[in-house]
Amino acid sequence: MDMRTPLGKVRGLGSAKSGTEHFWKVRTTSIALVPLLLFYVVFLIMHAGKPYAEVVSALSNPFVATINALTIIASIVHMKLGMEEIIQDYIHTEVMKLALLMLNSFFSLLVGGLCLFAALKIAFAG
Amino acid sequence: MANMTKNRPLSPHLQIYRFTPTMAMSIVHRITGGALYAGTVLVAAWLIAAASGEEAFSWVNWFFGSFVGQIILFGYTWAIFHHMLGGLRHIMWDLGYGFEKHFSTKLANASLVASIGLTVLVWAVVLIVR
Repeated sequence: MDMRTPLGKVRGLGSAKSGTEHFWKVRTTSIALVPLLLFYVVFLIMHAGKPYAEVVSALSNPFVATINALTIIASIVHMKLGMEEIIQDYIHTEVMKLALLMLNSFFSLLVGGLCLFAALKIAFAG
Repeated sequence: MANMTKNRPLSPHLQIYRFTPTMAMSIVHRITGGALYAGTVLVAAWLIAAASGEEAFSWVNWFFGSFVGQIILFGYTWAIFHHMLGGLRHIMWDLGYGFEKHFSTKLANASLVASIGLTVLVWAVVLIVR
């Protein structure tokens, strides 16, 4: 039997056990992604359907490679946080919620890792 | 504890509220977010193929150039623009502006129109440049 009052339980860090970091990271990455994705979309338009050698050489340009890596990092962080919010909103079974949150972390890290490795390999080794 | 959770008042939800543009754009914002999440697999496939070599790249390029691939990319472009415009609206609200009823409704409609407009514009440029 828990004798604490409902108010007492949510005081301090509350039931979420954290402050505004989640909110803040979502907004920071979203603002970063506006210029990054605009560049990305323009870059893709310019290179859609181009031959392999041309695309790889464009992606290995230092400026493009850096933007590529930053876009990947910001996107992955942003999408992981966003999916966390969706899971927390709709999944109310504790075990299921924890499992999906973990799966979300694994998926995000896997896709992010693959994209980042590919981007760096193109940049350094072609 | 379980009893307390069950007896919590239920806030009005989808089936109770009257349908409005701001509500629709809110739902679409979440759906496009989910779609972009899944779509990162395609971006990963493209980058990994480019890093793997010419043969893998030509396979992925063939898929994106096919009818189904083009439809997916068109949808993905729209999802990016819609989610971006929706995000900018959220930043505006976070700063404390734009809550007035008629303004927010107009802006919700405008973000849908603008997202479609930008997508068509981008694809028109793609087709002209290519």
